Amino acid sequence: MTLADLLAGIIVVALNAYVLLAGADFGGGVWDLLASGPRKTQQRELVAHAIGPVWEANHVWLILAIVLLFTCFPAAFAELGIRLHIPFSLVLIGIVLRGSAFAFRSYGGQRDAVQRRWGRLFASASLITPLLLGTAVGAIASGAIGDGGRGTGDGFYSIYVAPWLTPFALSVGVFALVAFAFLAAVYLTLETEDQPLREDFRRRALGAGVALFFAAVAVLLLARGGAPSLLDDLVFAPWALPLHLLTGVAAVTALGALSRRHYRIARIAAAGQVTLIFWGWPLSQYPNILPPDLAIADVAAPDATLRLALGALVLGAIVLFPSLYLLFRVFKRTSDVRHQTSDISRPASDV
Amino acid sequence: MSDLLAARSQMGISLAFHIIFALVGIGMPLLMVVAERRWLITRDEIYLELAQRWAKGTAILFAVGAVSGTVLSFELGLLWPGFMRFAGSIIGMPFSLEGFAFFTEAIFLGIYLYGWERIRPRAHLAAGLLVAVSGAASGIFVVIANAWMNTPAGFTLVRGAVVHVDPIAAMRNPAALSQTIHMTLAAYAATGFAVAGIHAFLLLKDPTNAFHRRALTIALLVGGPAAVLQPLAGDFAARQVARNQPAKLAAMEAVFHTEAGTPLVLGGWPDVEARVTRYAIRIPYGLSLLAFHDPNAVVKGLDAVPREDWPNVPAVHWSFQLMVALGSYMAGVALWAGWVAIKTGKRETGNERREALAEHRWLMRAVALATPMGFIATEAGWIATELGRQPWAIYGVLRTRDAVTPMPGLMVPLVVFTLLYCFLGVIVAWLLYRHILRSPGVPEELWRVVSPLQGEEGRGKREG
Repeated sequence: MTLADLLAGIIVVALNAYVLLAGADFGGGVWDLLASGPRKTQQRELVAHAIGPVWEANHVWLILAIVLLFTCFPAAFAELGIRLHIPFSLVLIGIVLRGSAFAFRSYGGQRDAVQRRWGRLFASASLITPLLLGTAVGAIASGAIGDGGRGTGDGFYSIYVAPWLTPFALSVGVFALVAFAFLAAVYLTLETEDQPLREDFRRRALGAGVALFFAAVAVLLLARGGAPSLLDDLVFAPWALPLHLLTGVAAVTALGALSRRHYRIARIAAAGQVTLIFWGWPLSQYPNILPPDLAIADVAAPDATLRLALGALVLGAIVLFPSLYLLFRVFKRTSDVRHQTSDISRPASDV
Repeated sequence: MSDLLAARSQMGISLAFHIIFALVGIGMPLLMVVAERRWLITRDEIYLELAQRWAKGTAILFAVGAVSGTVLSFELGLLWPGFMRFAGSIIGMPFSLEGFAFFTEAIFLGIYLYGWERIRPRAHLAAGLLVAVSGAASGIFVVIANAWMNTPAGFTLVRGAVVHVDPIAAMRNPAALSQTIHMTLAAYAATGFAVAGIHAFLLLKDPTNAFHRRALTIALLVGGPAAVLQPLAGDFAARQVARNQPAKLAAMEAVFHTEAGTPLVLGGWPDVEARVTRYAIRIPYGLSLLAFHDPNAVVKGLDAVPREDWPNVPAVHWSFQLMVALGSYMAGVALWAGWVAIKTGKRETGNERREALAEHRWLMRAVALATPMGFIATEAGWIATELGRQPWAIYGVLRTRDAVTPMPGLMVPLVVFTLLYCFLGVIVAWLLYRHILRSPGVPEELWRVVSPLQGEEGRGKREG
């Protein structure tokens, strides 16, 4: 394994953290949108309470992945910026509207109409980013972004739209959205001690877990036409069978633990399941960064840059991990769940 | 509009929008921390109220700053893939460090905003301090990357190919130190004066208000020294520009002809075709003195640069002059306020000094007038430095037109993102306006009777 491989791996780890943490924040938006039943308001409050202190920090994993990508693999970043301009612009609009609407709702005043308006924007914007990020990943994995995989046309559509507007890429987008909603529902069962509310999210988590299975089947079926080489690796590579077995074990454990109300086990299993599925993507396209023909080694920055980036990552990790630990200890200690008094966590001068 | 101009406009609007929030993200945490520290020392409840109200305003601004900053990091690739392909390995380093600084900032801001009841007061204050430090650090790293575009270093070009990449040398480029000092001071001056200006305006209507008096003092303590130091930092930056970016200096100062003993040009209309600046005030030897500290120094004019490599001279000249004028006004007001505070006498207590400031109506008018000036000056300064670098994306190395994406139709994202920013700008302004409108209104005399012995009752008597 080269230094470039190691840094590419670290970028994947950062994206993985983004999926598990920020992904669940976007999933929270899905459950805000789908809030229903007698505890509709409490469901929305629980979502806001759970993501409030952490969403900005969780969001930075994406920024970290982006800056590492353009530092270590500038040509790949440039290529992505050109080919995926449209989906990435939509991702950004989703990020901007979701984040701002959430802040406006939390701090903008307590009138119901105002709350509802920002809440609707927050929830619908939460759908855009996972869908389009997933679509972008699908486009990369299908080999439509690398030089050899592009279509032959010259028009705007064939260069800037066709690579990502495919059934396969869109199915990956849908899959990402369902996975994020699944993670969010599982995590939310641990955010409250209010039993009926917890049951609401337990049912949602079970439903999303089943939906995730069907979304995965859809992705695999569409991959036959849309991303054959990816499918080939996912079936025949030496790591494929262990990966699928582990994913299966994690999925069954997650659903089983949910139905038996072992929420902590469910959380670990669900995060493990999504992580394993996620790693199928980089593993199947290795050593390419943009399949079918742009390899990690082709676009890696000079060694001087890579070594420094690694040094910065080590130093950064020394600062980052204790801080993250503190953040989650302060706000995510399960013994300390105080949803019923959620106002306490808002600045005391709220009017 | 050409695609290149659309891309430049979108980047410019994104930066101009984000810079406001970046300034506030650096300046406000310091204000909150000072207020909270005052509360821990004095146990005067107004300081806690102040820290919490400022934190609430900061929360909205930080969220918008975080997402608009994300837009920028993507736009580097979406709009300028040519730049990233060329520069990513050389100048990605400060962006990566900025990523970590921003991470720290976001983590501790979360703890600060939502942790009032969850961690001990000293730990809470420490979290605020970390937000302030990492906010300043992330600003510094981004400005280092910009400085590199002005004075590229840390690589060798061999037949168009980049070799011998040295990211550390790139970070230590000639403009890095002066630009980072100038921008960090700008953040404290702009934020401090914006807050001081708002409270000064409210004190004009309600001079005995204990809340506004304390807010004004803290804001002036943060903004005042920065505003006084800023002209010195500006001089340092300008001398660096004179040495390393002669075309930019010539455009900022509207100097068309290279000569010794160059006068300083104030105002005026740079006539690019005739190569003269009309209707300007000229101070003999002024520019040579300022730029090289020598009245007879030779200052390179625009004639030293091929005509096609000139930036937009009037735009650069005027925005530069606007920045200098506003900065000078703020420095003057800061000195005036300092004089009023000192004149009150050393033996007087904080209450007397606060009173002297709050009851000085002309000073309060002057401070209130300065409310938007720091932000306008910073925007103008960035326009001067960014337009002044054109037609280069990387000065002397890569032209902007070679950095832009090949994708056509860039008008569409320009319009979409401009509308998005207008929408956000209006909402943020409205929310802050309402937030400020609800400031507590307790007179100083009453407050001193009920506080600190009966702080809780005092709390009940306040409006809001």
